[in-house]
Amino acid sequence: MKALTNINASSFSDAVQAAQRARAAGQAVAFSGGGTDLLQQIKDGTDPADVIINLRTVADARTITSDSGGVTLGGLIALSELAADPQVITSLTAIAQAAASVGTPQIRNVATLAGNVTQRPWCWYYRNGFNCYKAGGDECFSVNGENGQHAIFGGGPSYIVHPSDVAPALVAFDARFQVTGPNGERELNAEEFFVLPITNPERENSLAEGELLSAIRIPSVAANTFSTYQKIMDREAWTHAEVGVATVIQRDGNAVNNATVVLSGVAPIPWRVEAVEDFLAGRQINAATASEAGELAVSEAQPLAKNGHKLPMTSAAVERAILSLAAG
Amino acid sequence: MRDKSKPGPSETDSSVNYLDPKAQSRRDFLEGTGAAVVATAAASSLGVGVASAQESSRSARSAISLTVNGVDHSLEVDDRWTLVEVLRDQLDLTGTKIGCNRSECGACTVLMNGQPVYSCSQLAVWADGADVRTVEGLALNGQLSPLQQAFVDNNGPQCGFCTPGQLMTATALLQDNPSPTAAEVQSALVGNLCRCSNYNAIVEAVVAAGDQGGAA
Repeated sequence: MKALTNINASSFSDAVQAAQRARAAGQAVAFSGGGTDLLQQIKDGTDPADVIINLRTVADARTITSDSGGVTLGGLIALSELAADPQVITSLTAIAQAAASVGTPQIRNVATLAGNVTQRPWCWYYRNGFNCYKAGGDECFSVNGENGQHAIFGGGPSYIVHPSDVAPALVAFDARFQVTGPNGERELNAEEFFVLPITNPERENSLAEGELLSAIRIPSVAANTFSTYQKIMDREAWTHAEVGVATVIQRDGNAVNNATVVLSGVAPIPWRVEAVEDFLAGRQINAATASEAGELAVSEAQPLAKNGHKLPMTSAAVERAILSLAAG
Repeated sequence: MRDKSKPGPSETDSSVNYLDPKAQSRRDFLEGTGAAVVATAAASSLGVGVASAQESSRSARSAISLTVNGVDHSLEVDDRWTLVEVLRDQLDLTGTKIGCNRSECGACTVLMNGQPVYSCSQLAVWADGADVRTVEGLALNGQLSPLQQAFVDNNGPQCGFCTPGQLMTATALLQDNPSPTAAEVQSALVGNLCRCSNYNAIVEAVVAAGDQGGAA
């Protein structure tokens, strides 16, 4: 591997300052949680880091804390810890299921929540060194190329799909993203945190240079709220979602009071389908409702030449998710 | 050539006569050949270029401590070295394999603080203070672990390259779940590929080890 300098950060502000110093010295800097994907990108040459700021040494960044306002998930919590936490399994089920669906046990044991949410796209052009928008270039090679795993919503000028399973589950629970940077801390909602390529084709979120995602806050969840994350892959394990759907439904019996439905694997950001959410409000969960919701989920899809298969997959995933949240 | 005084796997046992070609291991032969090739290159006109390239890419170094298979080590490592590189190249624990070197195949799986991780995708500096267990740490007093014995009895290894990683992941599984079903074994081992495709025998071996009382 290329020459690297590792700096162990004692706090998030320490990490931010270390990054500023290294950048001022002309070095490329990367923050590292689990580091699995980062090391891969460095080995491949798709991340130019000279200096790695190791965040595993940040104290108290790996905890789950509750108060009257909700739950705060430390950015450095491992996906395996998130997937096994009794409170998360019970009250934030979709988040636990999404975390459990990522990669392999070996990856989940080190991969962090913040790292999963901010990892770079897995588009095969970007990952193989093409000078595309994501690499700072001015072209998306998927448009006229191999676009079987690219966006059916929100694409243009880049058509990547957001790689995170956990992010749509967080968005479905109205998560707030806590960011630490040179100017201190700020908290963003999902619409502020995730960025479509029409706004910035190079990055997937609004983290500025030198900023990092330090924690996720989930507001209190109402009683009788149920959630699920359904993931369809092109093999049974160890890959990204062809289509995923995080669904949170608050209901009385089978009568839906409100619902959030957020897709993964189909858009450059976690993709909320408000048409489905509006449709579900006030309806009974049954086969007819679920089927119609599935159809509605793709009514505004704009498939590319080779990713039309994602439309029926999306409909099926949404239908299954809703039915799985029926009472009794 | 390897420093025979370092702690290492059983093949460095001093009872082996390294002067007897028939007693020499495949690894020692390959290492010896490799050293000869390097020596030739260094003596050629290419030598100067190679040396300066190494100079310009010098990495920062850090002092770390690792406990590996119960033995404490204080080491100075290049920041760029991965955990598997330190295990194999510094500690001579070559049981852990480098397969894909990109978190995909699982041949490099070791237990870090009891949990299976890909040692190819961990910098050694990140493992500072960790308790690491490799395949060399499974047998006790020359006695294979029940899981290792089950791999032998059920023909778990074919070419054997993935076996150390399979054993480590399965060891962690059996510690959490001493009698797993075949489906639970398949689920736990999804991150360990076998390119001989000997999956059925591997799953049978882990299930059999569970039936016989687990990993320990």
